[in-house]
Amino acid sequence: MLFYSYFKTLVGKEVTVELKNDLAITGVLHSVDQYLNIKLTSTRVVDEAKYPHMMSVRNCFIRGSVVRYVHLPPGSVDVEILHDATRREAKGG
Amino acid sequence: MADHKAQGSGLVNMVDSVIAVITNDGRHIVGVLRGYDQATNLVLEDSHERVYSTKSGVDVVALGLYVIRGDNVAMVGEIDEETDASLDLQSIRAAPLKPIMHG
Repeated sequence: MLFYSYFKTLVGKEVTVELKNDLAITGVLHSVDQYLNIKLTSTRVVDEAKYPHMMSVRNCFIRGSVVRYVHLPPGSVDVEILHDATRREAKGG
Repeated sequence: MADHKAQGSGLVNMVDSVIAVITNDGRHIVGVLRGYDQATNLVLEDSHERVYSTKSGVDVVALGLYVIRGDNVAMVGEIDEETDASLDLQSIRAAPLKPIMHG
């Protein structure tokens, strides 16, 4: 649940989600659920010339199971806090 | 669990609107979302597939009423019908999407 809670703190920030089919979509994080399904608003495809498939899509839902990476805005990540929290969870507390 | 609400908020506002689905095998299916569940199983009405090619325009294949199993769904996009209507599908040249690897 740690990363679910963590992603919830990023709602409203602009992120880029890279899928396991190499498609990368940038948008504002709208919501996330317990499967880490991600909903983005104001989306745009990173390489639109190569991927014109989503030209008429402005909001999208991405299934958590197909996400390869989520690129985060560097300013909104406190690595120290995340580091401590992951260690605590690994210890079972 | 209260968390199920968050999942619901994922697709509930797309019901009865035109959506684009990208499946794990790279297909692009467009239709009206009539239903879904927590596993992302989808019911699409009046659906069609858009087949992309680098040599010719987009081929539109009518499919009708479709149920897509959730574990085969990669992305669901809400289509802006005005923008979509202004697209000239015959002029679009693109390679088909790659399948999801390790999906």
